[in-house]
Amino acid sequence: MAKQTRKKKNAFLFEGSDWSFDTMSRTYDAIEEIAIKDLGLEVYPNQIEIISSEQMLDAYSSIGMPLMYRHWSFGKHFVREEQLYRKGARGLAYELVINSNPCISYHMEENSMAMQALVTAHAAFGHNHFFKNNYLFQQWTDAGAILDYMEFAKGFIAKCEERHGHAAVEEILDAAHALMDHGVFRYRRTPRGAPHKEKARARERQEYEERTFNDLWRTLPSPKGGVEPSEAEVEIAKRKKNLRLPEENLLYFLEKNSPVLESWQREILHIVRKIAQYFYPQKQTKVMNEGCATFVHHYIVNELYDQGRITEGTMLEILHSHSSVVFQPAFDDRRYGGINPYALGFEMMQDIRRVCTDPTDEDREWLPEIAGNGDWRGTLRDAWANHRDESFIQQYLSPHLIRKMRLFVLSDNEKDDHYTVASIHDERGYENVRRTISKNYDLGMVEPNIQVVDLDLRGDRQLCLQHTVRDGIALADKGRDEVLKHIRRLWGYDVVLRGVDNLTGETVYRTSTTETDAAA
Amino acid sequence: MPNFIDRRLNPKDKSLSNRQRFLRRARAQLKNVINQSVKDRGIADVDGRQVVSVPTRGIGEPRFQSSSKGGKRDQVFTGNKEFSAGDRLSKPKQGAGSGGGKDAADGGEGTDDFEFTLSREEFLELFFEDLELPDLVKTNLKEVIAFKPRRAGYTVSGAPTNINVLRTMHNSFSRRIALHRPKQRDLDAIVAQIEELERGSDQDDTATQRMAELQEELTRLLRKRKVVPFIDPIDIRFNRFERQALPNTKAVMFCLMDVSGSMGEREKELAKRFFILLHLFLKRRYDKIDIVFIRHTHEAQEVDEDTFFYSRETGGTVVSTALEEMLRVVYERYPTQEWNIYAAQASDGDNFSGDSEKCVRMLDEIVMPLCQYYAYVEILDDREADIFKSSDNGTALWRAYQEAGKSWDNFQAKRISRPSDIYPVFRELFAKQNKSADTSGKARA
Repeated sequence: MAKQTRKKKNAFLFEGSDWSFDTMSRTYDAIEEIAIKDLGLEVYPNQIEIISSEQMLDAYSSIGMPLMYRHWSFGKHFVREEQLYRKGARGLAYELVINSNPCISYHMEENSMAMQALVTAHAAFGHNHFFKNNYLFQQWTDAGAILDYMEFAKGFIAKCEERHGHAAVEEILDAAHALMDHGVFRYRRTPRGAPHKEKARARERQEYEERTFNDLWRTLPSPKGGVEPSEAEVEIAKRKKNLRLPEENLLYFLEKNSPVLESWQREILHIVRKIAQYFYPQKQTKVMNEGCATFVHHYIVNELYDQGRITEGTMLEILHSHSSVVFQPAFDDRRYGGINPYALGFEMMQDIRRVCTDPTDEDREWLPEIAGNGDWRGTLRDAWANHRDESFIQQYLSPHLIRKMRLFVLSDNEKDDHYTVASIHDERGYENVRRTISKNYDLGMVEPNIQVVDLDLRGDRQLCLQHTVRDGIALADKGRDEVLKHIRRLWGYDVVLRGVDNLTGETVYRTSTTETDAAA
Repeated sequence: MPNFIDRRLNPKDKSLSNRQRFLRRARAQLKNVINQSVKDRGIADVDGRQVVSVPTRGIGEPRFQSSSKGGKRDQVFTGNKEFSAGDRLSKPKQGAGSGGGKDAADGGEGTDDFEFTLSREEFLELFFEDLELPDLVKTNLKEVIAFKPRRAGYTVSGAPTNINVLRTMHNSFSRRIALHRPKQRDLDAIVAQIEELERGSDQDDTATQRMAELQEELTRLLRKRKVVPFIDPIDIRFNRFERQALPNTKAVMFCLMDVSGSMGEREKELAKRFFILLHLFLKRRYDKIDIVFIRHTHEAQEVDEDTFFYSRETGGTVVSTALEEMLRVVYERYPTQEWNIYAAQASDGDNFSGDSEKCVRMLDEIVMPLCQYYAYVEILDDREADIFKSSDNGTALWRAYQEAGKSWDNFQAKRISRPSDIYPVFRELFAKQNKSADTSGKARA
C-alpha cells in the first residue's frame, strides 16, 4: 500500500513551490513532449534565462531587448517602472520572451515552480512557435541575426558618443525615437539592390525602349481633352519620381535624402529604423501572439494534469494565474481598460477548437471552411501562421463568441451630442461588430498616416509632409510640433505638415516649423 | 533539454548609465525642484533619500499620435447589459468619458509630474553642484599634508620587524647553491657510514683507512658549512617604505552661538539650519569631521549638541569669550597641521559695549590665521530685516565685523531673517569664485 502511494508520488514532475534547475529541466521535457508531439508546434531551440526582478526592470525599460544602446529615455522608463513596482501599483511580468534564434525567454527567479512550468509552456513554446511560424515575423524579422545586430548597434552608438559627444548623439537619437512609429515599411521591403544590377536593369530598359521606338505614338492626342500638363507640373512629377515620393517611411527618407546629416548620423537613423521594423510585427499581432501563447499553456498544463504529472495544488495555482490573465471586465467596470488581448485571443482560439470539433448550425453558416473539420490543431496552426490581428478577427470571430463576450459597437460622432449604439450582439449586428473590432486592430487605421509628399532640393528645400485625415481625426496637438522640430533637425530645413481629408482632399490644417518658431 | 542560463549573478545596475543620462537630461528641472524643496522643507531632513517630482516637460518623448477627441469613430466594448442597436447615450460634459475609454488614457505620456527617488549621492551632487569651497590662496598655503608610508621595493637595511622573509630566503637559497654548501643529507650519510664501520667487526687496514678518509671528509664538510652559513647578513632584505604625501582629510567645525536671553527659539532654529548646511557641505569634502559646539553668554563653554540648541541660559553677552574658548579647544585638541579648521558663528548682533573691538582684534591677530574659513551670520528680526538688509549700519558687532571682512578674504558676514534666506546666503558664502561662468549662463537665459 505504502509502496503504491510512493510510486504515484514519483510520477509527479515536482511538488511544492520551490524550483530547481533539476525540476525545471524535467518539467521542460514533459512540456516539450506535449507541445511537439501532441500540438505539433515547431519552435526555435530554447534558451531559458533566470533573472532577478531588477534585471526584469532593466529588460522592461530597454524595450525588452537583452542588448540595447544607451539612451536617457530608457533610464526614465526604468525609473518609472521601478516606482510603480516599489509602490506595488504594478507587478512584474513572469516572463519576457525575445524573438530570436535561439529563442531567449527570461523567467523571474521569484516564480514558484508551478509558475515556471506555466511560463515555460507560455513563452518557450507558445510565443516561440508563433515567432517562428507567423508570416509577418518570417518576412520582416531575422531572428537569427537580431542579437548580433543589437550588439553592433550598441557598440556603434557607444563609439559615436565617444567621438562626437553625448549631446550630439542624444540629439539624433531623440529625433529618431520621435519618428520610430513612422520608421517602418508597411507594405514593401526595403528596396535593396546591388548597384551593378540596377545599372544593368536600366540599360536593359533603355535598349528595350530604343528597340520598340515608334514615332507614331507622339501623334496621339493627349488624354485630358487636349490640355497638356504644364511644364511646372511635369517638373514636379519628375522630381517626385526621382525621389520615389510619396514615402511613408520618414526615417528611411531622412536617412537617404537629408542634405545635412553626416554618415554616422545616418547610420543611427538606420539602427533605430531597423529596430522599429523588427518590432512592427509584434505590434500587429498582439491578440494572436498572446492568444497563441495562452492557448498553448492552457492546453499543456491541462494535459499534464490529466496525465497525473502535476499535483492538484499546482493546478490550482496555475488556474488562478491563468484566469487573472484572461480576465475581461465589462465596459462599466472600474477595472475596464479596453479589450484584453489575452482574453480575446484565448477565447477565439478556444472557440476555433470548438467550431472544429463540435460545430452548431450557426457555425457551419459563418465559418464553413473549418466547421466540423475535426482537425483543430492544424486549423489553429494555419491561423497562427497566416494571419495578423486584423485579418484573424475578420476571419474567425464567431457570433457565438460575440454573444459570449457581449460585444457592442458605440459610435461617436463629433457633431452629435450623444453616442449611438451602432450594433450589438444580435443577428443584424454580428457583421458590424466583427468589422469594427477588426478595424480597431488595424495599425494602418489606428496610426496616423503621414507621408513625405514633396520637396524641392534646388529651391528652398522645404520638406512637405502630408497627413491623410481619416474620419476627421486630427493629430494630437501634444507633441505634434515637437516632432516637427525633430524632423527639422534631421532635415536641416523647414518642414511643413498638411492635414488633408481623405475623402474631400481639402486641407484641414497646416503647420510648419517656421510658424511654430515664430509662435515660440 | 533547453539551454538554462542563470543570469541572477550578472553584474547589477545594468541600466545605471541610462539613469545617469536621464538625470543629466533632467538636470535643470531637478535643480529647480531641489532648490525649492530646500527652501520649503526643514533642512534637517535634507540629508537622505529624496523623492523629487519633475515636470514631464523637457523629458517628454513626443510622437505623432491620433487625437483622442473629435472626428467620427467606432469603438467596440464588452459586457453589454441593456443596450440595443440605435440607443443613444448622452455624452458626458467633460473629457472623453466612456466613449473615449482607454484611448484617452493611452493617448499620451500623461501630463502629471514625473515622480521618483534620488539616491543620497545623486541628491547631494545636484545640491552642491555650483557650491565650491572658496578658492583662496590661504587654503592652498595652509593645505595641511599628512604622510602615509607606502610600500616601495626592498632595502638592505631596516628594522627587524620589516624583514621580508621570502626575499631573504630566496637570496640565501641561491647563495647556498652557488657556493655548494654541504647539505645536511650528505653529512648524515657520512656519519651513518662512520657508525657502520665502528660497529663493524673486521678492523682491517682498508676499514681503518676508509674510516680516516670519512673523518677527514666530515671535518671538511663541517668547516665548509660554517664558512657558508645558512643565512648570511648579505641575504637579508627589508621591506622598504616611502612616505607618501596625502592631503589632509580631517576638518573640525566650530559652531559658536550666542545663547543669551535675546536669542529666542526662532533665532536658534535659524542658526541650527545654517550649521547643518555647513556640516553637510564639509561632509562632502572631508573624510572625518569633528564638530565643536561653543555657546556663550557673558562666559563661554564647550557643550554637547543638545545643550547647545535647547538649554536656556541667562546672562549678558560677551562674544570674545566664545573666541577665547575656541582658541583653547584648538590648542588643546586640534593642531592646525592635522586639522582644517572651519568656524561658523551665529548671533543676534548684541554684544557688551567695547567687546566687539576686542573680537575684531582677536580675529585679526589669532583666529583668522588658524582658520580655513570663518562665517558669521547675524539673525535679524523679521521687522528689522527690511531696515538692515541693504545698509551697512547695524549692531556694533556687525559694524566691527565688516572691518574684519575687509582685511580677510576668508571671512564672511551675512544677515538672515527667514528660513528661506539661509540657502541663498549659504550659496553666496560658498559660491564658486569663477562667477564669470555663472553670469554668462544668465545672460543666455
